[in-house]
Amino acid sequence: MLTTDTHAQSEDLPLLQVSSTTKLYGDRIGCKDISFDLYPGEVLVIVGESGSGKTTLLNCLATRLTPTSGSVNYRNRKGQMRNLYEMSEAERRMLIRTDWGFVHQHPADGLRMTVSAGANVGERLMAVGARHYGNIRDTATDWLGRVEIAEDRIDDDPRAFSGGMRQRLQIARNLVTSPRLVFMDEPTGGLDVSVQARLLDLLRGLVADLGLSVIIVTHDLAVARLLSHRILVMRHGHVIESGLTDQVLDDPQESYTQLLVSSILQP
Amino acid sequence: MTNLIEAQDISGEHYNFAYLDEQTKRMIRRAILKGIAIPGYQVPFAAREMPMPYGWGTGGVQVTAAVIGKDDCLKMIDQGSDDTTNAVALRNFFVETTGVGTTTKTKDASIIQTRHRIPEETLTKDQVLVYQVPIPEPLRFLEPRETETRKMHALEEYGLMHVKLYEDIAKFGHIATAYAYPVMVQGRYVMDPSPTPKFDNPKMDQMEALQLFGAGREKRIYAIPPHTNVVSLDFEDHPFEVTKFEQPCAICGAENVYLDEVILDNDGNRMFVCSDSDFCEDRRAAGHVGLLGTNPLDADKTTEEAE
Repeated sequence: MLTTDTHAQSEDLPLLQVSSTTKLYGDRIGCKDISFDLYPGEVLVIVGESGSGKTTLLNCLATRLTPTSGSVNYRNRKGQMRNLYEMSEAERRMLIRTDWGFVHQHPADGLRMTVSAGANVGERLMAVGARHYGNIRDTATDWLGRVEIAEDRIDDDPRAFSGGMRQRLQIARNLVTSPRLVFMDEPTGGLDVSVQARLLDLLRGLVADLGLSVIIVTHDLAVARLLSHRILVMRHGHVIESGLTDQVLDDPQESYTQLLVSSILQP
Repeated sequence: MTNLIEAQDISGEHYNFAYLDEQTKRMIRRAILKGIAIPGYQVPFAAREMPMPYGWGTGGVQVTAAVIGKDDCLKMIDQGSDDTTNAVALRNFFVETTGVGTTTKTKDASIIQTRHRIPEETLTKDQVLVYQVPIPEPLRFLEPRETETRKMHALEEYGLMHVKLYEDIAKFGHIATAYAYPVMVQGRYVMDPSPTPKFDNPKMDQMEALQLFGAGREKRIYAIPPHTNVVSLDFEDHPFEVTKFEQPCAICGAENVYLDEVILDNDGNRMFVCSDSDFCEDRRAAGHVGLLGTNPLDADKTTEEAE
């Protein structure tokens, strides 16, 4: 689990700095006063029940929603810390399609369902200027292999894929430009448990191999336990508890976290 | 029929010159000037209802109406031909509303309004080529949101265009897009050249004539000024290729021109002839004869056209 250490030594500066980020929907709180740092190679999971503001927070970090107040700073590849909301739109969109990934709960939201698997994986490469068909296809084949999709499915539409394959394709599509930070919104939602287990295995391997920083939103504590180093527990738009995953899950301090941990079914 | 037309008085006197009112023409001219200033950029304009259905070239008609003057000589083509329904109807529309002279000779025309083709004869600096455009947005079929495509143009995010070409190669082994083949204009805007065959794409590059594009239903005007770089998009290992034909025109023998397939009988016999009818006539007048040049059908056709 402590794969972060080697990265932390070489790069001990935070990749993402979130300070007092607040999103209000009129008078209602989406999320309020959230602050944390994310370090390179670190996997952070945000848990909480439905409506606790975890997806709102994720969207604020991934610039899919503009926060009402607070700031989100990101360290780019040149090592400069930049406020996401003070960047030009062109810079931000460039960042989103090269340095970041976003894995949606429903693969149909993150994939182009009408073009082939190969084109789905190749899109980001073409977006950053790849103009050699053979190379694009080789890279796509390689990535399909890494997410355990058979090579002969490269020209099939994602519509012909099962839910688990679509989700793996979505992951490949996001990782092809070697991003440094990936956001995931309930990546295992809607998959049956055996498929979930394989996906989690795959994700854990990829994250460790590539040294990715990941922010995952989930209500599934098993995902948190398996993948993450650190955890934020949210309720009513606030972070009520945070810390190392094993510590928080084994010894929850807040009564709500205790409830959450104790409500896991033990087969 | 003639009486009916007179009774309804559409002989031109009760319409403003070129049908549109002067304010509308000024509005369209402003859009055209902006389009010329930013080659390949789609300028929104307040397209008017025209007395013909969408899809008949309402955009091209409005552009022509805005630029035509009393001294102009108009040529109107549809699929390269001067005598198909669309060309005849629109030519008559301008004859009725402007009284300008018309021609079928490419070199005599000062304005050429076209649907689907660029004439084979090289155009000159004194000519304007007006295209009728059904769907001006090259990114449309991959990105349905107009807000998003505009942003993509603004930020030059054109990777998606290559996704389309990638799909072609993955499915068919080569870039199978044969018309409306996307081009990059002056290194900045990706543009849909309207449904002209990709055979005509190289003619757009560094053309001496002014090229104007009008999309009536979609309410967009765009332009390529003379001597502008127009490059067809492709991959390094799958370069852009012009359509090639195995045989020359069956009645004038022309090679390296765009040919139409014509079915001759019920036994599967067919011939390929120039899609540019004026070009074909010129060649025949100059004595060129193709494989089927002595066909009696051909003689009938020539006399008809002479009338």
